[in-house]
Amino acid sequence: MNHDPSHLEILRELLAGQLLGVLGTHHDGEPYTSLVGFAATPDLNRLLFATGRATRKHANLVADARASMLVDNRTNLPADFTEAAAATAVGIVEEISTDERFLFDEIFLTKHPHLESFVRSPSCVPLRLQVSVYMVVNRFQHVIELHFD
Amino acid sequence: MTLVIELDAAEATDPGLVGGKGAAMAMLARHGLTVPPTLCLTTRAYELFVDAAGLRSVIRQELGRKNFADMRWEEIWDTALRIRNRFLRAAVPQQVEDELAERLTGEFDSGVLAVRSSAPGEDAEGASFAGLHDSFIGVRGQIEVLDAVRSVWASLWTDRALLYRRELGIDPDSSTMAVVIQRLVQGEVSGIAFGVHPAQAQLAAVEAVHGLNQGLVDGTIEPDHWAIDAATGVIIEHRPPSSRRRLVLTGDGPRTEEPADLPPPLDENQLHQVIGAVGAASALFGSPQDVEWTIARGQLVLLQSRPVTTGAADGNDKRAWYLSLTRSLDNLRGLRRRVEDELLPAMDREADDITRRRLDALDNHELAVEIDQRRATHDRWVDVYWRDFIPFAHGIRLFGQFYNEAVRPDDPHEFMTLLAGTPMLSLERNRRLAKLAAQIRNQPGLRSSLEGGTVDHPQFSADLEAFLDDFGDAVYANRSCFADRRGLVRFLLAMAASPPVAEAYVANDIERMAENFLASVPAERRAMAEEVLDVGRSSYQLRDDDNIHLARHKALVIAAVDEGRLRLADARPDDGRMADPDQVIAALRHPNLVVEPPPEPKTLETEGRLRPQPRQLVGQPAGPGVATGPARLVTGVDDLFDIRAGEVLVCDAVEPNMTFVVPMVSAVVERRGGMLIHGAIIAREYGLPCVTGVPDATARIETGDRLTVDGYLGIVTVSRDD
Repeated sequence: MNHDPSHLEILRELLAGQLLGVLGTHHDGEPYTSLVGFAATPDLNRLLFATGRATRKHANLVADARASMLVDNRTNLPADFTEAAAATAVGIVEEISTDERFLFDEIFLTKHPHLESFVRSPSCVPLRLQVSVYMVVNRFQHVIELHFD
Repeated sequence: MTLVIELDAAEATDPGLVGGKGAAMAMLARHGLTVPPTLCLTTRAYELFVDAAGLRSVIRQELGRKNFADMRWEEIWDTALRIRNRFLRAAVPQQVEDELAERLTGEFDSGVLAVRSSAPGEDAEGASFAGLHDSFIGVRGQIEVLDAVRSVWASLWTDRALLYRRELGIDPDSSTMAVVIQRLVQGEVSGIAFGVHPAQAQLAAVEAVHGLNQGLVDGTIEPDHWAIDAATGVIIEHRPPSSRRRLVLTGDGPRTEEPADLPPPLDENQLHQVIGAVGAASALFGSPQDVEWTIARGQLVLLQSRPVTTGAADGNDKRAWYLSLTRSLDNLRGLRRRVEDELLPAMDREADDITRRRLDALDNHELAVEIDQRRATHDRWVDVYWRDFIPFAHGIRLFGQFYNEAVRPDDPHEFMTLLAGTPMLSLERNRRLAKLAAQIRNQPGLRSSLEGGTVDHPQFSADLEAFLDDFGDAVYANRSCFADRRGLVRFLLAMAASPPVAEAYVANDIERMAENFLASVPAERRAMAEEVLDVGRSSYQLRDDDNIHLARHKALVIAAVDEGRLRLADARPDDGRMADPDQVIAALRHPNLVVEPPPEPKTLETEGRLRPQPRQLVGQPAGPGVATGPARLVTGVDDLFDIRAGEVLVCDAVEPNMTFVVPMVSAVVERRGGMLIHGAIIAREYGLPCVTGVPDATARIETGDRLTVDGYLGIVTVSRDD
């Protein structure tokens, strides 16, 4: 009660505590969202996730790598309007290179060990959202942007 | 499910159902002590009401606006006012209305009633929070009872209760409130008896007044006080009040009278009767009790009983002082006379006397003494400001509450519009500045000469000096605003370059609002309503004016310190940076003193590699409207004079001494929160959107940021080009 967490603290808590985020992509201006399991790198500037090659989101990302991801801690109760926090990450999605694969395995699979067979599948693509800015919202409408310089 | 129960019902001693007060009344009655005829509206009725009206989410949203620990008292009051207004406007469920109508018969229908709050847990042993919730006396008939019940329910969320939110465990989902409805016993003598003296455990204490005990309970009537040895019944002390007054119930509500030669309210027999009753209550509840009582036609009647609490006051806990700001109309009447007739004139007379003392006639040692004396005088008036001016200025609240109860407006701060247009020094100062700017606007020759740094226009010079004579200097951030005429002239040139600004209020509208307000009050309370409005206007005026009067003393201190700095800069050019008046005094007295440099100002903590940038900041809506413009961050006098027309004023706190810039701006944003603060008041006068209570506003917003100020929702949106 006596300490209002900074927006960086809120962001860290969301990225560490939430398993799923909502990925926003588009194709020729047609918006599309998908729920994905994610994990953040310790410096917070990459969000790691994976998808099948045949998915609509993958097709969208191949056509335009710009994407966003919403991570929030709502509980589907009325109190969410004042007590829930959300962060929207905006950036560019790229496929994880072979050099980075160990990073993906260590970070992503530590958080989602049950997804190991999914991400090891040849048809699965490990991806990273290189974040340029986070927009962190708490108290219903209080919004602070956190930019990577 | 029964919503209204009598004291003899089996459930009537369950505090969870009838609250602490209701359960205690039932216990007293059950054991043969006399209590007034009483009904309890159970907590179930409150729950039906808040659930049907969706009030739990309203409360949650209001309390979640910002971190509660960061909310100032004014913001807590505003929050409570908004919640209360929603309660007052919500419909009472038909079932509650029907059950009340069915039980309010006989003496409850024809007589005068008291409708009292009875929160579960409020009077638990060791945790008595007397006076945080509201009770109403003099209530008549079913409609008034229903209104009073709504107000009692709302009082679960008063500013006073919210201050003790943590201790009370108040939570929108679980907190509840019962209501005790009693036949009002209009005793000849009333009071409070303590089973244990608050200061000495072996003694009991009795406080008594003539008439109703409401004046004693809210602190407006000083009682006779007795200390009695609890074991022997011997009277140890009788302390009479400085004057005896009594509260009586009239058609206008409670009113204080001061008849001459009132004797002590109790004789020795009555005193022992009261002590006997508190002893019986203490034995019944198993702990020393604090009992409210009255004696009507010779019979002692107990009005309520709760455990005595003797918690030691925490010196750092200012909540008790804040609670003392809630004043009755009667108290405010007296305070108004003192402030208007005695204190303000005395303050000005003293400033006039000091102004006549010439600083250039003093040697360095005498100047050090003069700085000290001026500071002591200023500090003395600051004490008066906190003791008398602030409590009186909070009389606006009394009017606000009265207005909302009578009118039940959509906007809980509508009453502020009715106070707009009240003569205030700051508005008069702005009008005079506007006239000076108009001279410049209408005379191109004057304008060019001022732009060139000269003034060869006798009329303008005379008017400028007359302005400074009439209003004195203004002080902002410990610096004089007008001592250096160049800043003021620069500001007047900027004012002249933009069209004249009108004040927003329209006298006819205000007149109409006042008529509507008075028409919504029952005829027998209209005289009181007019007086509350009058006190509200006087409070509103003082809220601004007192700072301008006080600033004269502050400016006199600064003038003396500046004179000292000037002399020291001549004598020791390297130490011109001295900021602290104590350093100036010491250096004037001891020419060889080594001066420490001032500390670096604090800045907002950075957030690692990530650069925070505000996008949307939430504060409190404090002036309706939406405006967009470039931000002007004001932290010192120079920023004030840099303001240009259409900019959004962003500052830590709008002070009355800087409000001369407000007519130039398009909106006001400040970190300090509240509706009754100067920024909000002056913004309303000019019809400007205003958002207050924006955390870190001055640390997060930069001059030049493009701001959209939404004064309806209390949101500031920031656009910044990177």
